[in-house]
Amino acid sequence: MRATEVRAAVDGAIGIANLRFAYPDGVQALRGVNLTIAAGEKVALLGPNGAGKTTLLLHLNGILRGKGDLRIMGERLNNGNLKHFRAQVGLVFENPDDQLFSPTVFDDVAFGPLHMGLPKDEVLERVRLALAQVGMEGFGERLPHHLSLGQKKRIAIATVLSMSPAILALDEPFSSLDPSARRELMRLLQTLPQTMIVSTHHIPIVRHLFPRTVVMDDGRVVADGETEAILADAALLEAHGLEVF
Amino acid sequence: MSIGVRFIERYQAGSSLVHNTDARLKLLLTVAYIFAATFTPVGHWLAFGLLAAPLAAAAAASRLPALLILRRSALALPFIVVAVPLLFTKEGDTLFTLQPFGWTASEEGLTAVLTILTKSWLSVVAAIILTATTPALELLRAMRALGVPRILVATVSFMHRYLFVIGEEAQRLLRARDSRSARLEGRRCGGSVWWRARVLGHMVGSLFLRSYERSERVYAAMQARGYDGEVRFLRDSVWRLAEIVVAVVFVLYVAGVQVYARY
Repeated sequence: MRATEVRAAVDGAIGIANLRFAYPDGVQALRGVNLTIAAGEKVALLGPNGAGKTTLLLHLNGILRGKGDLRIMGERLNNGNLKHFRAQVGLVFENPDDQLFSPTVFDDVAFGPLHMGLPKDEVLERVRLALAQVGMEGFGERLPHHLSLGQKKRIAIATVLSMSPAILALDEPFSSLDPSARRELMRLLQTLPQTMIVSTHHIPIVRHLFPRTVVMDDGRVVADGETEAILADAALLEAHGLEVF
Repeated sequence: MSIGVRFIERYQAGSSLVHNTDARLKLLLTVAYIFAATFTPVGHWLAFGLLAAPLAAAAAASRLPALLILRRSALALPFIVVAVPLLFTKEGDTLFTLQPFGWTASEEGLTAVLTILTKSWLSVVAAIILTATTPALELLRAMRALGVPRILVATVSFMHRYLFVIGEEAQRLLRARDSRSARLEGRRCGGSVWWRARVLGHMVGSLFLRSYERSERVYAAMQARGYDGEVRFLRDSVWRLAEIVVAVVFVLYVAGVQVYARY
């Protein structure tokens, strides 16, 4: 038992076994999800609306707590290490207006580091680095609600990069973006070294960015494998309400 | 995402006599009842007992869980806080003296406080029975049918519609904050109370701004569909004789209690 735990800590960034979750109104959103993601992997999460993608992502840093086994970097999530997990997993919400709740871009990107209690110099340095990583240097004093959607989405990613997470969990980062903003975001994601799990509906982006694809439907993982193999399976995609090329 | 719905929605589905009664009749009876409770003279406990009887009958007929009514009626509690000073300011027979301050509680003051508590509790319970047995939409129709000014009806209607939206928006903001509230090994986290309060203040402010902007978008969308200030419903059904009889009997009863209590 001990040996396997150590093993999991070495290879698995995310380990999920038989994860189940029901919302308070009784909707069963996850019906036994099994998923293992190794450190450094880039995984696309596909599935129709209501498949449970967002619910699954909300479990990765303990915002939602379902039944079953959930390990991040080999460690099981419990009440004691909840806040520790949140430094490990950078969760970016679909709507950047939810993510950005501070008056200025700087305040928002600094929120995570400040909450961690880091000294001022380090906070400033982290904010500068995070903004540089997403190509938004010099936007610190801008007001979030005056930015374009593409800019907001990149700032939203910067707000978790400043916490230097090991894992990035992005919920539909490409939705509602115009083609050029989408390309910029794709380039950004290519440069980031973190383990990544990204839910999206854009098949061409999946093909381009993610070597591995997980398909969810009705609260379960229905397919998991190499992206090319999954995207070639027209019957599978059609059966789960996805675009067929 | 349904957490907001659970906290805000007051209606409890059911098929009891009270549930099936016309919403206009229920609204009328509730308003008459609240007026009666309010006008009952101070300390007239028998009159309050006579008023409590029909309320208890309605509660029983509605088959709502007693615990639910009691829990929701805690809403009347804040009235005690407002009423408590009366205990010491009313002149009358001394009950006791609060030592360090030298405040004297009077028997008349106690009666006044208990009366206020009784009145507010009876009124709140009546409103609870109304809102728990009547879907919000029907209640709005009833208000319109009974001649409540349309601007008030529209305001209540929008409040009910968008409370859910704003509640969910607030929940998503809190989630985003919690997601980034992390701890590093061996470091004190959380920042100062002042800083946290400021963050929360900004969140409340941004929620207000967004609600305000949303209201402008909603208004534009309504105008685009020909809104002219009147929310129109399908035509109301006519009053049935039985409903009129119930209304008259009830109003006579509560009026009778008033007359009895005064003369």
